Amino acid sequence: MRALTWHGKHDVRVDTVPDPEIINPRDAIIRITSTAICGSDLHLYDGYIPTMKAGDILGHEFMGEVVETGARSTLKKGQRVVVPFVIACGSCYFCGKHQYSACDNSNPADNQDISEELWGHPASGLFGYSHMTGGYPGGQAEYVRVPFSDVGPIVIPDGIDDEKVLFLSDILPTGWMAAENADIEPGDTVAVWGCGPVGLFAVQSAFLMGAARVIAIDHFPNRLALAKKFGAEILNYEDSKVYDALMEMTGGIGPDAVIDAVGLESHGLFADNVLDQIKATAFLGTERPHVLRQAIIACRKGGRVSVPGVYGGFVDKFPMGAFMEKGLTMKTGQTHVQHYLPGLLNAIVEGKIDTTFLISHRMALEDAPHGYDIFKNKQDEVTKVVLKPGLAKAA
Amino acid sequence: MTETTTTAGSGGRDDAPRSAARSAEPTADQKARGETALTAITLTINRTPADVYAFWRNFANLAPAMENVASIAVKDDRTSHWIVNAPGGGTVEWDAIVTEDVPGALIAWSSAEGADISNSGRVEFRDAGERGTFVSATIAYDPPAGIIGKLVAKLTQKEPAIQQRRDLRRIKQLLETGEIATSSPPNPAPKA
Repeated sequence: MRALTWHGKHDVRVDTVPDPEIINPRDAIIRITSTAICGSDLHLYDGYIPTMKAGDILGHEFMGEVVETGARSTLKKGQRVVVPFVIACGSCYFCGKHQYSACDNSNPADNQDISEELWGHPASGLFGYSHMTGGYPGGQAEYVRVPFSDVGPIVIPDGIDDEKVLFLSDILPTGWMAAENADIEPGDTVAVWGCGPVGLFAVQSAFLMGAARVIAIDHFPNRLALAKKFGAEILNYEDSKVYDALMEMTGGIGPDAVIDAVGLESHGLFADNVLDQIKATAFLGTERPHVLRQAIIACRKGGRVSVPGVYGGFVDKFPMGAFMEKGLTMKTGQTHVQHYLPGLLNAIVEGKIDTTFLISHRMALEDAPHGYDIFKNKQDEVTKVVLKPGLAKAA
Repeated sequence: MTETTTTAGSGGRDDAPRSAARSAEPTADQKARGETALTAITLTINRTPADVYAFWRNFANLAPAMENVASIAVKDDRTSHWIVNAPGGGTVEWDAIVTEDVPGALIAWSSAEGADISNSGRVEFRDAGERGTFVSATIAYDPPAGIIGKLVAKLTQKEPAIQQRRDLRRIKQLLETGEIATSSPPNPAPKA
């Protein structure tokens, strides 16, 4: 089959690779009909995530048709399903508590060592996201093997387009959980750093959870315009001082909750960020956490910090003093996708949440390397790239 | 043989298990058998102690989860024959004899006379309520070729402490999910 494979920093190619096969009884094979490039794929593209190997198939946002099932899969051939990017067994203690992204069993035993050493506990398995999270081939391909297929995939009713439901795989539940982790109370003001897909879904979710005001922060005019469309007030950090603006807009109180939807590669020419970037390039520190620092400094006393943005290593100059002295609470984590799927699918069907506005580009799987390039380098106009394995290659 | 390696204090000054001691020492019994290396690990398995014990007591069940084990043949109620792939190629073999057996709580074994590698171990099952069972496995062994053999094993990723942790995770996967999680394709050759 054809698949998008990683070969190094800024080097992804569409190769011919072995077809996936059923290995375990709970597996299923899915023929991909739509798959998206995620902002966190750019962390792989930019070489920030360790334990990648040449030839790894990327992609963790995908959906398609069930074409083969193992003996213990509950799926049926021909069903259309969206597959969560988090692989979860459904039977460990954590899955029992609906903390699916903490699943004990989905990461193969040999692959658990790295994260156990680095983080104190092994990470769960994820599709297409390095060997420390399992080394599972991803879904930017014609076919994918889905382990524990009786737990993750959600069956999509007939008559609902791929593009309405594709983002259930990651960014919609991730934006929703970001807002949920902000413990929003009716009347709250919520500030969201990053108007990428997760940030934009967090904006929508925050309003649905009762926020009176959402302030969205970015520097891409088109992305800020999308946030404004959903009712957010917007801040362009190239034009305005973010802390000063937030204090002025909240009467000096600060936002009740802050959401870092940027993660480890935050942009901006700030003194601390330039230093971080030099360190990251030299592999001394690993993260560029300017947004996280700014969010904590801006958050009101006793407020909440929600971090859906991806971090993998260590953060330098974390403002622990501000965090402690102001009495803040932080919640974060990879998304417990399986937990949110039924409710969010309903919200889509009932028209409470729109996801299709996000898609700016649709292209053939064969054009995926171009998709990575423009998603990375033209972020203002390229808000989301959806790959269709069925489409013919352009030019 | 009755000294527990997982619930006794590490040096008498705290409540830490002996396996967490800064310098864990095999018991006098184990030393007498030449078993100078010790590995120990505890994991929680989301099944009852009775279930985990019953699975473990039939040693043949363990073979698919243990990467270096070529085969485990149960000979009688107390004896099983183990064939294990050795670091650097070849195999080593021994008969393991069950020396203690407390249903739902404890299994201990040691290798019989003539073992290629003298070893003994015990696995304890403790009720962890809604979390399932704390499973503590301790193995003492006579490291092949002493410290050099241990280094070679580490280099070839067959270091017993790492192997034991991985093996126990796979046993947990089998007991909790009915299968062993893997991302390795069975057929590495491209089809088309």
